[in-house]
Amino acid sequence: MTSGGGGHRGLVLEEALLFEQGSPGQSGVDLPDPAPVIDRLGGLERKGPIGLPCLSEPEVVRHYTRLSQKNFGIDTVFYPLGSCTMKHNPRLNEKVARLAGFADLHPFQPESTVQGALEVMGQIAQWLKTLTGMPAIALSPAAGAHGEFCGLMTIRAAHDHRGEPRRRILVPDSAHGTNPASAAACGFAVEAVPANGRGRVDLAALRAKLGGDVAALMLTNPNTCGLFEDEILEIAEAVHSAGAFFYCDGANYNAIVGRVRVADLGIDVMHINLHKTFSTPHGGGGPGAGPTVLSEALAPFAPLPWLVHGPAGWQLREHAGPDAPQTCGRIKGFHGQFGVLLRALAYMLSMGGDGLRQAAEDAVLNANYLLVSLQDALSAPFPGPCMHEALFDDRFLKETGVTTLDFAKALIDQGFHPMTMYFPLVVHGALLMEPTETESKRTLDQFIATVKALAAQARSGGEAAEIFKAAPLQTPRRRLDETQAARQPVLRWRPA
Amino acid sequence: MSKIYFTKDHEWIRIEADIGTVGITDYAQHALGDVVFVELPDLGRQVAQGAEAAVVESVKAASEVYAPVAGEVTEVNEAIVVDPALVNQDPQGQGWFFRLRLANPAAVEGLLDEKAYDALIRALE
Amino acid sequence: MRYLPLSDADRQAMLAGIGARDIDALFRDVPAPACLDQPLPLPAHQSEMAVERHFVALAGKNLSAASAPMFIGAGAYRHHSPAAVDALIQRGEFMTSYTPYQPEVSQGTLQVLFEFQTQVALLTGMEVANASLYDAATACAEAAMMACRITRRDGVLISGDVHPHYAETTVTALQYAGPVVEQLAPDPLGFEDLLGRIDSRTACVLVQNPGFFGRLRDLAPLAAACHEMGALLVVVVAEPVSLGLITSPGEMGADIVVAEGQSLGNALNFGGPGLGLMATREKYLRQMPGRLVGQTLDADGRRGWVLTLSTREQHIRREKATSNICTNSGLCALAFAIHLALLGEEGLARLARLNHAGAVTLVEKIGQLKGVRILAPTFFNEFSVHLGRPAAPVVEALARQGILAGVPASRFYPSYPELAEVLLLAATETNSESEMDLLVASLKEQLA
Repeated sequence: MTSGGGGHRGLVLEEALLFEQGSPGQSGVDLPDPAPVIDRLGGLERKGPIGLPCLSEPEVVRHYTRLSQKNFGIDTVFYPLGSCTMKHNPRLNEKVARLAGFADLHPFQPESTVQGALEVMGQIAQWLKTLTGMPAIALSPAAGAHGEFCGLMTIRAAHDHRGEPRRRILVPDSAHGTNPASAAACGFAVEAVPANGRGRVDLAALRAKLGGDVAALMLTNPNTCGLFEDEILEIAEAVHSAGAFFYCDGANYNAIVGRVRVADLGIDVMHINLHKTFSTPHGGGGPGAGPTVLSEALAPFAPLPWLVHGPAGWQLREHAGPDAPQTCGRIKGFHGQFGVLLRALAYMLSMGGDGLRQAAEDAVLNANYLLVSLQDALSAPFPGPCMHEALFDDRFLKETGVTTLDFAKALIDQGFHPMTMYFPLVVHGALLMEPTETESKRTLDQFIATVKALAAQARSGGEAAEIFKAAPLQTPRRRLDETQAARQPVLRWRPA
Repeated sequence: MSKIYFTKDHEWIRIEADIGTVGITDYAQHALGDVVFVELPDLGRQVAQGAEAAVVESVKAASEVYAPVAGEVTEVNEAIVVDPALVNQDPQGQGWFFRLRLANPAAVEGLLDEKAYDALIRALE
Repeated sequence: MRYLPLSDADRQAMLAGIGARDIDALFRDVPAPACLDQPLPLPAHQSEMAVERHFVALAGKNLSAASAPMFIGAGAYRHHSPAAVDALIQRGEFMTSYTPYQPEVSQGTLQVLFEFQTQVALLTGMEVANASLYDAATACAEAAMMACRITRRDGVLISGDVHPHYAETTVTALQYAGPVVEQLAPDPLGFEDLLGRIDSRTACVLVQNPGFFGRLRDLAPLAAACHEMGALLVVVVAEPVSLGLITSPGEMGADIVVAEGQSLGNALNFGGPGLGLMATREKYLRQMPGRLVGQTLDADGRRGWVLTLSTREQHIRREKATSNICTNSGLCALAFAIHLALLGEEGLARLARLNHAGAVTLVEKIGQLKGVRILAPTFFNEFSVHLGRPAAPVVEALARQGILAGVPASRFYPSYPELAEVLLLAATETNSESEMDLLVASLKEQLA
């Protein structure tokens, strides 16, 4: 049975698993015969087959091409995913990353043979330090959560170094789950700070919780409700007065890049998601990169390697010792996500300082356009203006029988990827929309019209709820039974 | 004769002599959605009142089940490990989690009775 | 600017529609001291042509394996990736898609990952695998923490034949989390005694096979010793192509297997992004970090796939999660899966044989050099040699001649002077015999 809708029309047929295809002895790679040698395997040669399927190149290409056609991608549809910054992924970045002079470099070549690569790392470090106004940066974190871990490690090391074993981290209850998870990984206890009626951190509540055992506050700014923490200077002051550090989760940096110098907000450390703000592709779940800017106080504790520039050119300090006496250690293999850093730098050079500032402005403009255009049809918990994302809750669906989930699934049939659902947790049935700056007004107007029509339909009563509950209808698969998947996990194919 | 008490975290405990049977309420199972997995305490474990004794997971959430009163775990309900759906189908019957020998039988006096719990959940809605 | 669709007319119309005087009005919550009113000292936007020129110049400052014989391994291996791999991963529906949280529009990614999980389980000889981690180093750290959770013990023992980056990352990641990590001294000759060090506090022993210095080991006795003491055996594999020829860690009795997947489908890329693999026994499934894809049925009763067992993860369990990991290495996993699909059972076995045969050939040629000792009796495609003089200057000299002649052990172990003369060399199917002859002749010159 074929399925229609949003790019899937007539092209997508059922596609069997790789393991259900192919024939013995086949291969999609021609390899020469190995030279006849006496092996040096010490008797550890494998005895039986692995059980991998055998396919020719045409079969493999067809398999993966067909699979790709079942996916949405930012290349094909609008993803108003709050907190994700699904912006366009420029192909120039891909071309640059594939230059042999970058792609074919081994991380352990002598430094004299990779000065161009180290210079790429030096340049992106300089861009990020200049944009944020922060004096130091750790380039090795592999993702945002890894950057959080990196930053928290430096905070823990800094406090321990001072002889002050502070073990509490304060986290707003609107925070992304990685925040408390990262804190726990560094041996901290996590305590929630509530929001006030305006969707920002409750400053009085924060002050009450600060004490001699608080190591840091972790704050996302703009926050996960899409709002700028307007009391941030007071927050920073309170945190510092209590002897704690101020960690900023930079997931929403796209709202303020080029317009706000985050160092002047009083932050001590911030991770940056290159796969969000700086256009590197999401790839269906990575790879990302989470370089983390650091204050003077935290810089000595940064993880290895340290990139330095001296009379001998660019060098990597790869070991603790006199060169890096207080480093917290190594958090990843090799030197970091070089390919991702490279793509982000290509984007930065393309956009320039002026373009990045314009991008933030357009991102904020687009989000406010959505907020104002939809605030009557939907229900917004906080009055505008917002920053780069617009938050709604499910009050507009009250008594319709339609949930946030149903509403989001109905959007799919209209050719849009759903917005972020049920996050942040501080409002009921959250719908968080982040358009980014790479969407045209035309796309936004189409989206607005669609959402308004769906909202009206949801509220029309009668059988409307049934239609929403059945969505999506146009996709290769309808709603999937997640309960069964969790109760009886089948996580791999097995031979019959 | 058995008597049933409730906590504000939506656990119930049915007392018979000095043994209490503990589970989660219908309100809790409804809020969680389809239960997919449970983690039960070890036999013989001493739990304090309000301590985390078990974990119940649905597709989208995980929740702690706290000991309504202090005691020693004497029995666990393997049936809900094998078939977690029992928690949804019969939360106050076959969907029980574990049994405790109460450290202090008088501790139940601090818990909610059925009327008070019903009032609590009505206020939540 | 080519990536910004809004025109000035659009902006004006939208501002008017919002009722905002200008864009600054939307940034009114930003405190004045932090507002960037002056342009930053950064270049203005540039054309594609200019940006390309900039990077071609930077790339030109590097000596790559495309133009120089390259014999370095140490956790990153150069294989020939079929052209179809890169063509497929650049499809926009793969490259620009998001994490598959909405399964109805992500069946492509989800089926790929389900197949990937199967491939990893088969290769490692284990029952179940996850949908990837950042790299082998962080995977080792995650495996150690997983072992501590499972055994409820806090002792982690790391063999001296484990890649120093993997060991250091594990030590760093666990330093505030509770466990006590013992990292043994580097072990190029295979003398360390692991069995004698396992005790009732040991949660796991972490070993690498093939080892960092090249050696192959039968891990069955170690696995048995661990299990007898109630500890787990964690095996890390730096070169997954080796699994096409060598007994899998699962068959040897491993409880958790982690690996670096870069060498299949992914270029060297100066060491990143990486691809962490993790596989384990079914009974430890709920303690395994990372995303998992599971099979199920849709509303029409058709087979499909979803992310599952998410309650282990950070977005639900928050501070009690098995890990903080969110974004992982999806596109690298896709590249790995496609390369492996193209190779198939026969192709992988043949590729592995080619690698081993090449390394054996190189070992024989190097063994002819006076004063040079081969340290590993067994190996896959990487081995260590003792040069009889400091290796780092030799490597530098050969680099100046345009030969990337392995990596000196001193790069990893600067505080072990006894390792200063040890050189790690790898040979893959991309190294021709004439390249090997050139390497050997040049080494001979340096050692004379």
